[in-house]
Amino acid sequence: MKLGKVDLSVNNEGLAGYVFILPWLFGFLVFTIFPMAMSLFLAFTRYDMLSAPIWVGLENFETMLQYDYQFRTALRVTFTYALTSVPLRLLFALFLAVLFVQPRRGVGVYRAIFYIPSVIGGSVAVAVMWRQLFGVNGALNSFLMASGLVERPTGWITHPDTALWTLIILAVWQFGSPMLIFLAGLKQIPLSLYEAAEIDGANGIQRFMRVTIPMLTPIIFFNFIMQTVSGFMMFTQALIITDGGPFDQTLLYVLYLFRKGFVDYSMGYASALAWVLLVIIAVITAIIFKSSGSWVFYEAKGDL
Amino acid sequence: MTREQKKHLITVAYHVFILLLAFIVFYPVLWLIASSLKTQAEIWQNSHSLIPSFQWENYRIGWEGFGRFSFAVFFRNSFIITITSTIGQVSTSALVAYGFARVRFRFKKFWFTCVILTMLLPQQVLLIPQYVMFSTVGWVNTWLPLIVPSFFGLPFFIFLMLQFIRGIPHELDESAVIDGCSKYGIFFRIILPNLTPALVTAMIFSFYWKWEDFMGPLIYLQSTRLYPVSLALRMFADPAAVTNWGGMFAMSTLSLLPVFLLFVMFQKYLVEGIATTGLKG
Repeated sequence: MKLGKVDLSVNNEGLAGYVFILPWLFGFLVFTIFPMAMSLFLAFTRYDMLSAPIWVGLENFETMLQYDYQFRTALRVTFTYALTSVPLRLLFALFLAVLFVQPRRGVGVYRAIFYIPSVIGGSVAVAVMWRQLFGVNGALNSFLMASGLVERPTGWITHPDTALWTLIILAVWQFGSPMLIFLAGLKQIPLSLYEAAEIDGANGIQRFMRVTIPMLTPIIFFNFIMQTVSGFMMFTQALIITDGGPFDQTLLYVLYLFRKGFVDYSMGYASALAWVLLVIIAVITAIIFKSSGSWVFYEAKGDL
Repeated sequence: MTREQKKHLITVAYHVFILLLAFIVFYPVLWLIASSLKTQAEIWQNSHSLIPSFQWENYRIGWEGFGRFSFAVFFRNSFIITITSTIGQVSTSALVAYGFARVRFRFKKFWFTCVILTMLLPQQVLLIPQYVMFSTVGWVNTWLPLIVPSFFGLPFFIFLMLQFIRGIPHELDESAVIDGCSKYGIFFRIILPNLTPALVTAMIFSFYWKWEDFMGPLIYLQSTRLYPVSLALRMFADPAAVTNWGGMFAMSTLSLLPVFLLFVMFQKYLVEGIATTGLKG
């Protein structure tokens, strides 16, 4: 023990710990805690970055809840987008993971092919391509007309009923990561469980519903949270492919926040929007966690 | 039909089904590449066709870029931003992960909880205040807001590497201590050499995310000369500039080339990284 003296030697483990985590600690305080505090303050102000922020109390939140119909549209669109694309993506991912779980010839190559959309899906290149793929003169219309299924092209991107679906399909298309996660999960299910089920006379479908699905629920659960949260964060594709249109039918939340902040320069209002988003995400995560007790099956095991 | 034949039939059906599905899923990528080699007329007539007339010209015209700035500038910018950020993110995350995994210090539990919470915190929430901060210090229209925050560890990678370090046997540390190594020495001599797979995984993800990042450059960069490829591609999509479709498809394809190359080279690390941590791709 050294009293009154600070041990700065390399053998001071407590100090070494802080030396190692220092980069993160500094970044955490400067790039996370401080901005969050600032954003909380700005949420109660009117601020255009040219003049000093003006304290307006709850005005931003009142406007949002009472008058801002675009805010309501953004919420509705974002919920529709997340609640449609996430379950569809997970279903598709699970389906393919089941197909790939048995070692067969070519599985490695197939897996790679199905994973590639996940790798490139977030890029501007794909967004730009998607816009043309579903455009009036794009490949989808061209195919539908050539095969005689339709007579006239549809503006998938410009029609209010279909625009959001082009974004949902793009999201579902990127099923590669959850597929790989499911695959890893499937491989960890002990074979003995399947053998026991078979002895009890369970057929293929029963084995899937009674063994595979329950054993996978922790992974489904984890994926569900992560993907729902990231569904709420979608921005690039919404901006490039549909730019929120037509008639705000694809005005996803973060796109609306971006416009309020960086097009209208209503930084105070945009900060309020950001905090509402944070609360929504926290509530959703909490709901999923709370409900998990009734459907997530955890195998009893020691700590990881 | 014999058992053997039936089994054979199922295998064939399996592969036919998967190949068909793979074609549908992969079609947009093939279409992008095919379109980059078509003439203007071919792109919009029988658009779904995947057989181009190999107009390599599109690549030359697209490469010329906009005004005084060719894609050489945009690619160079992208590489500078991406590589610097990747080095920053991976190296600092390794330091922090080691600190949490192997060193005892006060309030460690508390700080680690903070790491996990920031991992779940959507970065978009910090968009406005960070912009205000960076514009106050005069960093708007520079690369600094895109690069500097990468040098303070990324919670996702800290978590990934932490899990990995936990798998490295403690006996290695102990023998190093006997040889007179301090906690710093252990990191450089024992942990770092054994951490390679996790470092590679983090490196690829970091590269991908930075390469494809669009929101950051969109908010912070105004001068065309500073644009990365992602932002430059969007200029093709600008309704005012819609003439050069071939060039647009060509440069889009080219922008995905580094991504594909990394994928082919490091596929194994990617797959393992995702499978073990549930990282999003």
